[in-house]
Amino acid sequence: MNDTTTINAKEEALLARFEEKVQNGDAIEPRDWMPEKYRKHLIRQISQHAHSEVIGMQPEGNWVTRAPSLRAKQILLAKIQDEGGHGLYLYSACETLGISREEMIEQLQSGKAKYSNIFNYQTLNWADIGAVGWLVDGAAIVNQVSLQRTSYAPYSRAMVRICKEESFHQRQGYEIMAEMAKGTPEQSEMAQDALNRWWWPSLMMFGPHDGDSPRSADAFRWKIKRQTNDELRQKFIDKTVQQAEVIGLTIPDPDLKWNEEKQCYDYGKINWEEFNQVINGNGPCNKQRIDHHKRVHTEGAWVREAAEAYRLKTQNN
Amino acid sequence: MSKDTQFDSWEVFMQSRPGANFIHQGSVHASDKKMAIQNARDTYSRRGEGTSIWVVPSNAIAASTTEDADMLFDPANDKIFRLPTFYTMPEGAKHI
Ligand SMILES: [Fe+2]
Ligand SMILES: [Fe+2]
Repeated sequence: MNDTTTINAKEEALLARFEEKVQNGDAIEPRDWMPEKYRKHLIRQISQHAHSEVIGMQPEGNWVTRAPSLRAKQILLAKIQDEGGHGLYLYSACETLGISREEMIEQLQSGKAKYSNIFNYQTLNWADIGAVGWLVDGAAIVNQVSLQRTSYAPYSRAMVRICKEESFHQRQGYEIMAEMAKGTPEQSEMAQDALNRWWWPSLMMFGPHDGDSPRSADAFRWKIKRQTNDELRQKFIDKTVQQAEVIGLTIPDPDLKWNEEKQCYDYGKINWEEFNQVINGNGPCNKQRIDHHKRVHTEGAWVREAAEAYRLKTQNN
Repeated sequence: MSKDTQFDSWEVFMQSRPGANFIHQGSVHASDKKMAIQNARDTYSRRGEGTSIWVVPSNAIAASTTEDADMLFDPANDKIFRLPTFYTMPEGAKHI
């Protein structure tokens, strides 16, 4: 046996052991052996998730100075701070896979790494803040609850922590919508209009239909993903329709109807053409989001430099 | 523009109430100890989760792997006399 066959045999044994562990439902820790494809898949998924939390602060930050009351402003600030925290948990989890924070930021700013498409839409008025909390956080929760059981332990631990914090996000959004829906005719019209604009992009957050979803086979075998895009989307629809009914709003889908046999809602066709347009940079805010991130990052450089200088000056005292 | 720095990574441990064990929460980035404690507070205790914080530079932590588990923990299994249930107590003895 020559050296390469020994290495290959060793590699194969490690792979077999890894697959077995994952099949048994054991968690994978950073120092455990893992296949390169598993590592890469996770880096892409977790960094994209982290970037989404961070970029997601922008459409909401847009309304901090114009929140209609001090209570609303405090709540919105607290929610945005949570989202920043979620980004940090996830960046840390991703770093355990061997990528640095600097690299991840660079990939976000260069467009190599993506973030959730939903944050490329504008928040035009206060009702949009309600719709984002109710629908966008609502959709994120469905996805994140499922990911609590993901096989990579640091990712799973971050998800558990995030899920504990998310339910306030969705409830504060739903409260805004409920109040506007029963307000003046103009307010209730604004609430309905926000639902009309955010409903379909929220459904797209779960990604392509199962049949069109690349890369998903590995992700399922390795238990990175535990439920399919369509399963998660269905779950979100089934619980959100009732919530809309309670506050007297109408889901903007003429094909939406209860399917007695399947015990879930049938829904209309999703406009994937729009999804592809937005993901390829032609959404309403793609450029604005990244430009803003770059500007703030550059403007904050002096703070990091000063902290570094201070450390060097004081480290031996 | 000089090269970006996101500082070193620190591991965060938090005590949920006085007297309890310190439990690992996650990590933060910071340029020094003081900033690490402040960032840990902001990142991991926004809802009064802790009463006290430890921060440790991530690269100062030595860790075993799951593969080491057999070697490290197996010998414990054949020393059941370390467990109180191993011993036969005389009938009627109390508070032992
Ligand atoms: Fe979040
Ligand atoms: Fe959230």
